[in-house]
Amino acid sequence: MTFQTIDTSLGGSVEAPPGAALLRRGVAAASVVTRRYGLLVGFLVFWQIGSSFGWINPTVFPPLDKILAATWTGVAGGALLDDIAISLQRSGLAFAAAVGLGIPLGLFMGQIRAVEQALDPILQFFRQTSALALYPVFILLLGLGETSKVFVIFWATLFPILLATIGGVKEVDRKLIEMATTFGASRATIFRRVVLPASVPSIFVGLRLSATTALLLLIAAEMIGANKGLGFQVMNAQYNFQIPQMFAAILLLALLGLSANAALVTLQRRLCRWADLSH
Amino acid sequence: MSVVQTTRRGEVTLRDLSKSFRLNGQPLQVLRNLSLDIRGGEALAIVGPSGCGKTTLLRVLAGLEAPDRGEVLIDGHPVEGVGTERAIIFQEPRLLPWLTVLGNVSFGLQVRGYTAIEAETRARHYIRLVGLADVETAYPRQLSGGMAQRVGIARALTVQPEILLLDEPLGALDAMTKLTMQEELARIWREEKVTMVLVTHDLEEAIYLADRVLVMPKGTGSPPLLIDIDLPRPRERNEAQFVALRRRLMAQFGLH
Repeated sequence: MTFQTIDTSLGGSVEAPPGAALLRRGVAAASVVTRRYGLLVGFLVFWQIGSSFGWINPTVFPPLDKILAATWTGVAGGALLDDIAISLQRSGLAFAAAVGLGIPLGLFMGQIRAVEQALDPILQFFRQTSALALYPVFILLLGLGETSKVFVIFWATLFPILLATIGGVKEVDRKLIEMATTFGASRATIFRRVVLPASVPSIFVGLRLSATTALLLLIAAEMIGANKGLGFQVMNAQYNFQIPQMFAAILLLALLGLSANAALVTLQRRLCRWADLSH
Repeated sequence: MSVVQTTRRGEVTLRDLSKSFRLNGQPLQVLRNLSLDIRGGEALAIVGPSGCGKTTLLRVLAGLEAPDRGEVLIDGHPVEGVGTERAIIFQEPRLLPWLTVLGNVSFGLQVRGYTAIEAETRARHYIRLVGLADVETAYPRQLSGGMAQRVGIARALTVQPEILLLDEPLGALDAMTKLTMQEELARIWREEKVTMVLVTHDLEEAIYLADRVLVMPKGTGSPPLLIDIDLPRPRERNEAQFVALRRRLMAQFGLH
């Protein structure tokens, strides 16, 4: 009796499928797409039809084509471009500042136990204090202009990044650090070659959480005392009962959030090819 | 012996080593006045029940723990802390998950200041030695337990230590892989001509690999026992003398 032999080498090449297999793969891909986006598409279709036929109140939920038309007019006509730009500027500045402060501070705090222990109670206290509750304080201190808006977003985005970075550094496997020690690695080398790379996945969790928070806070900040920005447009359109315009601004905000997250996920995939990415 | 021998590289002398820990507030002495000469190029196995201090002894040798009293001399010089002449292989491979096999094997050299190119050239030599040339670009999560441990062994060898310290290196592997890896270790020890100190709980592994076996009792009541393994190499596990030695060693632990 003979047995077939198998190729056990890693990364063996996969043969290109012939036509029939290609078709089968196409069908399989389509079914994956259906499973993932089917419900969403169904919901949108229901909205469109329901609103057109008056099953749901079309003044509150205008048909999707009107919303898309309002979005198109706003963007292509340029009316919303200024708002998008100022919103991006506010959240972008705040996010960049939070990253610029949060990651280095987190790396430092995670390394040095005494610093972390001294600052942790303050951190926990501020983390539990809603940034929105502090917004009036920031307005008192910084005025009603751009600074207080950027600052409240910065404040809210700082903590997820900071805490995730501290957590990442603290959770680095001590055994890996000990291994590096046996080769005579200095503290600086261990930090650069072991602690930093090991913390990257955790830092990304913080970054993604912060990016979402930045957009949430952006809306809140823009709803109070702003005269520009997507958050302002949502409120303004609602006051003036321009419901399609209101949904257009909401749609744009959702798209901003999705693209920010997609950008971070792409970056994460590039930096963490070694980790199993299941999300 | 009064004859003065020329000092071979990788000679280890333990002088009156004592070490105790505090366990639940109670002091627990694991090493008491242990003195031992390990010859350069010798393979010494340390066996004993859990908690007998065999891993502690190895960690003291590695410089990862300081003894309470006594000293460790290497080639006649007292040492403190880790040193370039020693490399340790742990029970877990301790690979960096973000580096490929090549990256992990060259890690030790890069830490010691070699350029990436020098480090990788030398690392490739040891990757071939442990038989992993085809998976050079794989990441640790793609490797089996045995392959990962080979990476750890190659990484330790790259720095060309005089003394290789192994802390139950095959303890987590399945029985078949373990046998293969024991043969690998025997070959590597022969080819690299290093002093090997192997902590293991596997008596057969100790007899298969070592020139001498240090049997450490649980507690510090009775003194440790040193057994010479005078068997020709390569060793044959089913050969009568091997079996007899294994029986004798097992009897030391009350096993039959």
